[in-house]
Amino acid sequence: MNKNKTLWQKIKAWPLLLPIVCLLLVMAVNIIYDASLGNNPFSFFKITLQTTTSNGTIFYGRIIDILNRGSEAAILALGMTLVVSSSAGTDISVGSVMSLSASVCCMLLAGYGVTSTSELAVPLVVGLLGALVVGSLCGAFNGFLVAHLKIQPMVATLILFTAARAIGLLVCNDMIVYVRNDSYGFFGSFLGPIPTPIVITAICIAVLSIALNKTALGTYIQSVGINSKASRIAGLNSKTIIFLTYVLCGFFAAIAGIMQSSRITSADSNNIGLYMELDAILAVALGGNSLGGGKFNLAGSIIGAYTIQAITTTLYALGVSTSQAPVYKAVIVIIIVAIQAPPIQAYVRKKAAAKNAVKEVA
Amino acid sequence: MKKKLLGIFLAATMAVGMLAGCGGAASDSSDSSDTASTTEDSGDSGASGDTISIGFAQVGHESDWRTASTKSCQDVFSEANGYDLSFVDCDNDSAAQLEAVRSFIEQDVDYIIIDPIVSTGWDTVLTECEDAGIPVIVIDRTIEDSDKYTAWVGSNFKTEGLAAGEWLKAYAESKGISEINYLTIAGSTGASAQIGRSEGFDEIAEANGWNKLDEQDGDFTEDGGQSIMESYCKSYEGKFNVVVCQNDNEAFGAMTAMDNAGITYGLDGDVILISFDACTAGLEQVKARKITADFECNPLAAPFVEEVIKKLEAGESVEKEIFMEEHWYALTDAIVDFSIDGEAQTMTEVTDDVIDAQY
Repeated sequence: MNKNKTLWQKIKAWPLLLPIVCLLLVMAVNIIYDASLGNNPFSFFKITLQTTTSNGTIFYGRIIDILNRGSEAAILALGMTLVVSSSAGTDISVGSVMSLSASVCCMLLAGYGVTSTSELAVPLVVGLLGALVVGSLCGAFNGFLVAHLKIQPMVATLILFTAARAIGLLVCNDMIVYVRNDSYGFFGSFLGPIPTPIVITAICIAVLSIALNKTALGTYIQSVGINSKASRIAGLNSKTIIFLTYVLCGFFAAIAGIMQSSRITSADSNNIGLYMELDAILAVALGGNSLGGGKFNLAGSIIGAYTIQAITTTLYALGVSTSQAPVYKAVIVIIIVAIQAPPIQAYVRKKAAAKNAVKEVA
Repeated sequence: MKKKLLGIFLAATMAVGMLAGCGGAASDSSDSSDTASTTEDSGDSGASGDTISIGFAQVGHESDWRTASTKSCQDVFSEANGYDLSFVDCDNDSAAQLEAVRSFIEQDVDYIIIDPIVSTGWDTVLTECEDAGIPVIVIDRTIEDSDKYTAWVGSNFKTEGLAAGEWLKAYAESKGISEINYLTIAGSTGASAQIGRSEGFDEIAEANGWNKLDEQDGDFTEDGGQSIMESYCKSYEGKFNVVVCQNDNEAFGAMTAMDNAGITYGLDGDVILISFDACTAGLEQVKARKITADFECNPLAAPFVEEVIKKLEAGESVEKEIFMEEHWYALTDAIVDFSIDGEAQTMTEVTDDVIDAQY
């Protein structure tokens, strides 16, 4: 009995509890909806094997859609979490950097000025590396402004927020560049039965988690975020660490950019990554992380990213008109953020404590 | 150290500034050179009196469609054809467009062509044109708050929708399909192309008792079409046999999503796929039997504008609203006879030559 209680208390103190509950609540809406229609209440959660002509046998279902479509936001959320933690600010350029990286990648693969090709002008790896380098350079530029010149993160990243997409258009000669080649399309299609974006996201999460937990990097980033002066006195190079988080953020943005462009095997500079920076920031917040920097919870941000996609997919499933969807999305986000807000948390805790006190007295 | 850092920063910002500035600067300089060259040329034309000087204020260069529109004007109003065209790319800046029109008035060109970036705020400048005695021809987009232009040349989006509907009716009859359940992937909600195409198609659908399952906004993008179709495939599994995409990019996205859902489409598949725009890439998919029929949105306004100008030169009157001729594309198997409001339509068969000739 006593042991159970401590387990329950442990769960209650678990920082991921609320983000997970929110994600499940969003998905539970579908059970109610399907049940009210008289369908199988769990049809939203059904995963089946589908035989296709183009990709063989693949996993198929709404849950797969959430994991697949949520990949970009999840990858961006990784970088954003680090940036928020180290510099107590957000990188609002990630969406534009996605677009620029995708443009550079497709431009290299198609050749400058070519608008449509099915043959690659350079080996695939050159295009991918080019995109990753450009993304990292953008991150380095942001990091330099924030870490060394002490410019506020939002102002510093505003530069590339406006410029990067325009540079992307310039790179693509103001055209949508189509790279209709299966080897490029791979990053947006399937690896065996699993959508490749899910695999890439899993790899990114695994590598970053190992790097953060097996080395002192995670602790360094948090301590710089909590108090950069104290960390410097303790022997940490705060500037380098902040700089590094921005480079990583740009690098992840490039991966997300390649992924989104590979889904449509083209570089649509005007639309790739549009408003994605907002999703990434929201994911960090939904994951229960403070945007004031310091301690962070990577798993929370990832759950946050999938929660956003779960909302979108749910609204699709409910047949809500896409032009009105943002309104519903906003309402749901307000509820989720409010549940996690400190005053409401404090109120709930006080109520619970009062209840316990009454119990003990009785 | 600090100085060194500052130096690096300044160099970096300058480099970025130059990169970022390129787009704007380039178009600015081309604008001014255009203007300069026109001033000279219009002096010439005034002297010789043979060439017709035309000022064209274009929206920008945001899509393949727009580039085709620009090129069409430059081809038709070439020096060889006896025209002197001063072209201004307004880069989607409506203030710049007003400036461009005013500079045309100052240059005293013979005709002004405008593709209005915004539909309102034109009355003052059009009055100035009228006072200067310069006829204005509006193309593509419309002007709502003034009628002081001579003619408008553009697409009738509703006719495109009607054509798609009437074609589907005839095609379904020829294939013996009695029940039609269709899904629409619409363009950006509120865009004139979206409103017209939905209106036209839905009119025919209602008249024939077709079942419209859903209409969602795919924003005219491939990604939009793909994610909407992905959801449609699950929500309406096995319930639909027609998908209407309001532009080719959305159709490409829908194709990927249907591939991944194991749904066959096009001429040899279960689902009839209808698309609009008929750009080169779209026609290639028609040729590949993936898109069943593609309904054109003609970007080549210039030949129609030239006709208007010729009539005006001859002192004839012109109609205020001129709809461009548009083509409906399919392969032989899907070419059927149909008519819109009693007017018989001819469809164009897609061949390699047709694809090469398309924008």
